[in-house]
Parts: sequence; structure tokens; C-alpha cells
Amino acid sequence: MSAAASPRPERAPAHERSQLARPAQEASALGRPGWTVIAGKEFADHLLSARFIVLLVVLALAAVVPLYFASARIRELAEQASGAQAVFLALFTLGSQQVPLLRVDAFVGIVAPLLGIAFAFDAVNGERSEGTLPRLLSQPIHRDDVINGKFAAGLAIISLVLTAIVAIIAGFGLLRLGIVPAGGEVLRIVAWLGLTIVYVALWLAFGLLLSVLLRRAATSALIGFGIWILITIFGGLIVGLVAGLLAPIPSGGGATDILASAQLQQLITRLLPSTLYQEASLVLLDPSITQVSTPSTIGQAIAAQEQIASLLSLDQSLLLVWPHVVALVALTVACFAAAYVAFMRQEVRA
Amino acid sequence: MIAAEAPIVTRGLTKRYEALTAVDQLDLEVQAGEIFGLLGQNGAGKTTTILMLLGLTEPTAGTARVVGLDPARRPLEVKRRVGYLPDAVGFYGNMTGRQNLRYTARLNGLERRDADARIAEALDQVGLADRADSTAETYSRGMLQRLGIADALIKQPSVLILDEPTTAIDPLGVVEILDLLRGLVRDRGMAILLSSHLLSQVQSVCDRVGIFAAGRLIGQGTVEDLATRFGEDTAHVEVGLELDGPAETERAAAVFASLDGVVGVGRPEGPAAGWRLDVRPASAERQVRQAVLAACVANGLTLSTLRASAPSLDEIYRRAVHQARPAAVSAA
Repeated sequence: MSAAASPRPERAPAHERSQLARPAQEASALGRPGWTVIAGKEFADHLLSARFIVLLVVLALAAVVPLYFASARIRELAEQASGAQAVFLALFTLGSQQVPLLRVDAFVGIVAPLLGIAFAFDAVNGERSEGTLPRLLSQPIHRDDVINGKFAAGLAIISLVLTAIVAIIAGFGLLRLGIVPAGGEVLRIVAWLGLTIVYVALWLAFGLLLSVLLRRAATSALIGFGIWILITIFGGLIVGLVAGLLAPIPSGGGATDILASAQLQQLITRLLPSTLYQEASLVLLDPSITQVSTPSTIGQAIAAQEQIASLLSLDQSLLLVWPHVVALVALTVACFAAAYVAFMRQEVRA
Repeated sequence: MIAAEAPIVTRGLTKRYEALTAVDQLDLEVQAGEIFGLLGQNGAGKTTTILMLLGLTEPTAGTARVVGLDPARRPLEVKRRVGYLPDAVGFYGNMTGRQNLRYTARLNGLERRDADARIAEALDQVGLADRADSTAETYSRGMLQRLGIADALIKQPSVLILDEPTTAIDPLGVVEILDLLRGLVRDRGMAILLSSHLLSQVQSVCDRVGIFAAGRLIGQGTVEDLATRFGEDTAHVEVGLELDGPAETERAAAVFASLDGVVGVGRPEGPAAGWRLDVRPASAERQVRQAVLAACVANGLTLSTLRASAPSLDEIYRRAVHQARPAAVSAA
């Protein structure tokens, strides 16, 4: 026991160090850092949990139903133009003609936040209510190992789920429809997968924040899912309302008034992470889209029409959505940082 | 071990929350090979003290040294060598007792084989070996408490800190747990700090106790020391008599009251109870017992029991808190 602890260099005595030095800077004596142990345990917990199985089934259904519509339309499409570009990506972007929401990308966009919240809403307050948090923190680990480990485990599990879903869809395309993806298409799908993981990570961090701030897991689940519903279902409604208040279109108002209102509405919509994700997702999956949004001036609209229809290369598409990706990453980091700081400042006992 | 210094030492340890002073100027020393009982009511500052000793919360003022280290600056080193049983300890309900302990072992960086041997030993010590493979959600409160002690033993600590180790355990279990703690101190020379509000339960097991009230340690020492200090120099003798009829009772009361050194006669409060004589000064207690024996023989009273009653910690505690109150007011 003492042999295991002794080889590490002794640090200077406390009184010789600066008063401002962070107290928790010792190296862990574990063979591997404490957060990996916690992440490993949390990951195993998630894998065996009922919520994992339920979410996997829900997401698989959500992916397979649009796939059914997509495959029917891909057949038509393929008959019309054998030279059609990016047929494989159509698996993700085509859906029912009647119900526009029945598309893989739209569906994942709606359900993905659920995944993030479901794996994080009880991360910290669950430990509190079970009475395991003081015991966990009294082990030789840093306090932030707990929250880092839990976030890492959540990230790993959502990556696993999303990769599995994408693999199911791709496999379906390969086997049933006989479409083989081109190299560029594979890269686009990978990029889209990455984007989706970042988006879910945002909700994961948000769920984690709720689990730190709220004492009861039930409350944090309720608030998390409430905000999810608010944004996905009533998001457009609220944006329209706010835009109407801030820039009302006067009766008999001219085109400029309508334009101003529309621009404001777009600006507000862009504040919502769901919009950021949807716009970026569309561009990444469809190489023929050359703009992230509908043209807002007549000039832009004409320019767009006059543009020679062409396909963007992946790097051009990425360039187009880069601000979106950066904004999503920044939001995720901000959410996680808030959860981290709140957790570090909390007293051990409730 | 470099233990020239006591395993737990605090000097002027203080923790203030906005308006409340949870722990006030605490000076404490726990030696290797002793069990120290930190006694006090809920909210007296016991748990806050323990959290500071583990580096889980930072003191506002003062210092603590645990296994020779400052827990506020080197929490990892301290937590590696100190076993801790939190108040109302919990375990992951979906995992078995053994799996829970394995997780602790991994967090302590133990090798799997090494860990399994220690886990088996610890489970055996707390008497949970046969239930180790059922999930923790099926455990009773008392079993969780035992598992918590096993959990604290996994890292083979040199110091054990137990917050309310006997709450929720049935009386028989309490005896077992306290025996286990005694054994650990005897065999491994551990230092054990335990907190409790059930004074009479831990009285028998603690070498020394500290009485804690409203964040202040108002007395520490052996139970006997505290009894002399706070006991108003009064000792008690328990007498059992076989009497028939109220006339005999009156006669016995008169006999006891006439003895030298007896300042109060407590009559039995039930058919099975004994008499309780208050003796002052406390040093006269032996003479009084002899006098009682002689008086009973002389007066034809049939004696069934005669013994000095141990000072009750509950009573000491009540007195100590009572005596400390004016002091606290004048200090403020």
C-alpha cells in the first residue's frame, strides 16, 4: 500500500506554496485518471439501462419509417434520371411528400435532444438522492472527475446510438436498394453525424446543468423535456410572435416592411440551436444547396436563380455551415461550463 | 508511516456559512489506536467537521492535519488513506453489494485480483458475505450501513471516519459493529473518529469522547473524566431490595436517608426497578456501598443487588450543554 503511494514526488509543504494555488492539483495515483473509471461505470450503466433500449428502439423506428418513404421515391428518381447526383444522401433527405417531417434528417433533429436530456437529467441529483455522492467524492479522485466522467459517458453513448442509426440507414440503402455511396457522400454522412453528435452534446450539457441545479431528478426531467417541446413544437410560433411585436408589419405596409419583419424573424430563429442544426444539417446532406437560408433581398433571390445549378464540394458546404457549427460548439461549451462551475461550488451535502 | 504526529489534529478549525458558524475554533486530537467519539445532536457541526477533515469542504479558518497532511491542500492523498462512512450512506441500487465495492476499489486504483481479495475480506468482516451478490436495492438500511463500513475498509485505511455508524442498525447489530471497530483498532492500530447522537450506544466503545454543541467542543476526555467534570461531584448507587408491603418501603427509605454521604433517595419507579441513591461527594461512593450493606443487615432488609451505576453519557451531555450555555453567551 505504502509502496504504491511513495514513488510519486512529494510536493513542497503547504506554507511554501502560494496561498492562491488551487488545492486540488495533486496527481492522481490511479493508473488512469479518475474520470475514466467513472465514465466507464456510467457507460456500462447506460448500456444496460431501460432508457437506452427504449431510446434506441424509438430512434430506429424514427429512422426506418421515413426510410420507407424515401426508398419509394428514390426508385422513381432513379428511373427518371440515371445520372442523378448524390442518390445515397437522398436516403436521409427524402421522405413522404405529404408529411414533410417524415424525413430522416428532420426526424433526428427533433428526437436527438431527447437523447441528450435522457442521458443527463439525473446525472448529479440522482447520485445525491441515492446518497452515493459523498461516498464517491470521498474516494481519491478530483471533484471534477465526477462531472467530466459523466459527460464523457453520455457523449460516448449518444455517439454510439447515432452511429448505429446511421449505420442502419446506410445498410438498408446498400442491401435493399442496391445504392452504393460515392466517397464524397460517405464523408458528408460522417460530417453530418459529427454535427448531430455536437447538437446532442449541447442537450446533454444542458441536461447535466439541470441535474446540478435541481435537487430532484423528476423536476429536471420535466423542465428539460418541457424546454425541448417548447423549442421544437412552439419554437416557430414564439419566434413569429416576438418578431411581430418587435417589427410589426403596418397595414398596407410595403415590401420593405415585410422584408424587415422577415429578416428579424430569421435572426431570432437563428438564436435557437434547433435552427442552427437544421440549417447546417440541410447543407451538409444536400450538395445542391448553396445557401444556408432563403434569400432575403430581391437581388439575392435573382442571383440565386441565375446561378448555374451546381453541386458544392464538401469543403465548400462545410465553409457554408462553419458559423453554425462554431455556434453549436460554443453553446455546448457554455452549458457544460455552467454545469461544471455550479457543481464545483456546491456543498457536498444537500 | 511517519506518524510521530497524531493521525487527526485540528487547531482552531472554523467553518462559517453566511450567518451561521457551523464549527467554531475546534481543537481536536485523535491518536492512533483509539476510538474517539464526537457526540452531539443533529446540526451540532459533526458532519461539517468530518467534511473538513476529508477536504470535501474548506475551513474558513484554522488548520487540520490528517495523516500528517492538510486535507484542504492535498485532498487526494488524504482521501486515499482515510476511510469514510457518510451519514445515510447510499449505494447504486442496480448493482450488487460486491459490484459497488468493486467500483470503489477501481476508484482507488486497485488491481482486480487484489481488490477481490480485499472485498471478500471486508464483506466477511461486516457479516454481509452471504448477501454480497444481491442488488443493493434489496438491502435494508442496516445492511447498507454495514456495506458502507466494508466500503470504507476497502482502501485499508489508517484512519477511519464514521458519521453516525450505528443509526438504523438493530441493537444486536450495533454490538457487532462496535465489536468490529474495537477489533480494527486492536489489530491494525487504526485511529477511528466516529460521530453519533445516540450517546448511550457508543459510550461503551469510545476511548475518549468530545461533546459537541452548536459548533463548539465543550468537553473532551474519557467518559469518567467528563463525569467528574460535569457531574456536579455526585455519584450514584443502585440498590435492589426484596420488600413486602408499603410499611417496609417507608422503613427502608428512612434507613437510606440516615446514611452518611447520601444526599438523595430515589424510590423504585416500578416493581422491577431498584433504588437510586445520590452520593456526594462522589469519592464517598465506596463507603456508602459498605454502609448500605451494613444497614441492611442491621435492619433485616433483604438485599438483591448493590452496585455503583456508571455515569450516563446522556446525563453528562445534558449537564455539559447546560453549563456551556452561559459561557457561549458571554463569549459572544
